[in-house]
Amino acid sequence: MPDPVPESVSETAPERIAVAFARVLRGAGLEVPVGATLTFARALGFVGLASRSGVYWTGRATLLNRPENITVFDRAFAVFWDRREAAADESELPPEEVILALDVPGADDAVGPDDEVGAEAPVVTLRWTAREILRHRDFALYTPAEFVEARRLMSDLRLVGAARPSRRRKRSRARRGAPDLRRTVRRSMRAGGEPVERAFFTAGERTRRLVLLLDVSGSMEPYARAFVRFLHAAVVSRSRVEAFALGTRLTRVTRELTSRDPDAAVRAAARRVVDWSGGTRLGDGLRRFNDEWGIRGLARGAVVVIFSDGWDRGEPEVLAEQMARLERVAYRIVWVNPLKASPGYAPLAGGMAAALPYVDDFVEGHSLAALEQLAWSISQ
Amino acid sequence: MVPLLPDTVAEVSKGLADNEYLADDGLATSIFIALRLQRPLLLEGEAGVGKTEVAKVLARWTGGELVRLQCYEGIDASQAVYEWDYSRQLLHLRAVEASHERVDEDELYSERFLVKRPLLRALAHEGTVPPVLLIDEIDRADDEFEAFLLEILSDWSISVPELGVVRADVPPVVVLTSNRTRDVHDALKRRCLYHWIAHPDFERELAIVRLRAPQVPELLARDVAAAAEELRGLELYKPPGVAETIDWAAALSTLGHSRLDEAAVDATLGTILKYREDQERVRAHGLSDLVRTAVARGA
Repeated sequence: MPDPVPESVSETAPERIAVAFARVLRGAGLEVPVGATLTFARALGFVGLASRSGVYWTGRATLLNRPENITVFDRAFAVFWDRREAAADESELPPEEVILALDVPGADDAVGPDDEVGAEAPVVTLRWTAREILRHRDFALYTPAEFVEARRLMSDLRLVGAARPSRRRKRSRARRGAPDLRRTVRRSMRAGGEPVERAFFTAGERTRRLVLLLDVSGSMEPYARAFVRFLHAAVVSRSRVEAFALGTRLTRVTRELTSRDPDAAVRAAARRVVDWSGGTRLGDGLRRFNDEWGIRGLARGAVVVIFSDGWDRGEPEVLAEQMARLERVAYRIVWVNPLKASPGYAPLAGGMAAALPYVDDFVEGHSLAALEQLAWSISQ
Repeated sequence: MVPLLPDTVAEVSKGLADNEYLADDGLATSIFIALRLQRPLLLEGEAGVGKTEVAKVLARWTGGELVRLQCYEGIDASQAVYEWDYSRQLLHLRAVEASHERVDEDELYSERFLVKRPLLRALAHEGTVPPVLLIDEIDRADDEFEAFLLEILSDWSISVPELGVVRADVPPVVVLTSNRTRDVHDALKRRCLYHWIAHPDFERELAIVRLRAPQVPELLARDVAAAAEELRGLELYKPPGVAETIDWAAALSTLGHSRLDEAAVDATLGTILKYREDQERVRAHGLSDLVRTAVARGA
């Protein structure tokens, strides 16, 4: 059913519409490369501007490339085409200006970015012995200055994932294994066509995918900002790492964390996660992870690390069921619980007790030393 | 050689429908643009919504050969582009040697010993209609392979060191599918048009069942399409795709049912739900409820 075309739209050339709409999309927070805008304009030349649906689907095909952005796209399109005021929907748009209890320099004492340099300068003078103390100190007890230092130590962490046999084979020096005919033919040229010197393949290896799930609920707050640094270190140092924030909803933060600049990366991730320090329904969040990412392949054969204190407002049965699903596809599940280090802690509370039977490795992760141990555990 | 250039989106819809594929406006528009701009089309969507089918139907419609490259982990140039026929090369070498002739390397690396894999076949195609190249489940291949693919999809040419550059006169129609087990690289996405295939609505699904399983009685088809829609709203681990709906309708009609009833659903639940937990959830929800709602919706 073609809607009547607004006059302002029908009178304009495709190029102008394309550029204008791309600007609206960018304003709504989507990434629109210039190339895509050009493709959109060219495609509009073929599809025409006569119907709303034609322009809409042309935009979808050329400007959008992930289903998560469909809602934002639809809203932007409605604003653009119908000149509809989107004020009523504003609350549903991902809020961009959430202020978080994160370690963005200056955020703690609510001073401007100009003070960044000043805040960081004295830290460099920390001596090695101080570092050693820092390594074992609980993240929750950190002063802001110590935290800045810890961040530097954390960016030195290097993660090596567990290996598994790959289908890709590599050349072997050994005289056994699968024959490498390509090289054998090449070599036999030297011997006048006689395959005297035979070449072989050996099985290759590759690292398993690493999936990091970070609980960002209120009770995890003292640790979440340290862990998000760990996530960043993991994401930039390796390929095949995926990171998610688990709160009242599930947010994939891998892309946001890929920036080399840790502060920028963490800020971008923080902007993406809308429910920092809210409540958690771990079971529901995990279920969403399983449904949308994990079972269809992301968690298959992967090392899955869950950073959470196990506080769950949902039913423990839900969490147990989702852990069971995850366990069936994952290679290993590592649960990092900072509370484990506290004297007298026993994982008896609902969520943690329900999840524990499915966990391969239960570690502390409350300090730098503990995170180093975690890095080792991941490589097993 | 004539590439296929439809004039309108409606022409695409009709062409696909004539070949037993009912595309919605979104998909038809994407295909139309892909054909006009000669750009690859990346399709994503839940399993069973008919991503792979799009390429097959396009091949039937355009009359082009369907060239399929199934991706898997570790796939490399020797399986995707070309390989030399080593056993024949070795035999040839032995034969040449036995007749005491000199070994000619150029002869050894000539087309005679070349095994063309899908990508090369799609580019080196000789015929009046460009082939349809289906690159299935690209998310299963490694990142390196994706980068390699990007080069081919940008230049429509492949270089075989021993032979030279193979260039397509008319670029093939390219359809890529992904199940999102990982993100496809942005660079590749930029090269492609993108369409997310969603589950069809009731009317479209009914039309698809009628088309693909014509033996199914009309009332049963309506019941089944309505029940499938209902099931998708139950927060299942694996909501049924269109493929399952078609299978389910066919199974029920094979069993001689002409309407949906509780016993029939109970006996055939495994055709539409493939997880034990999902079956339990639906049974706990109540099969009679499901049937009642579906029959009311379908009527």
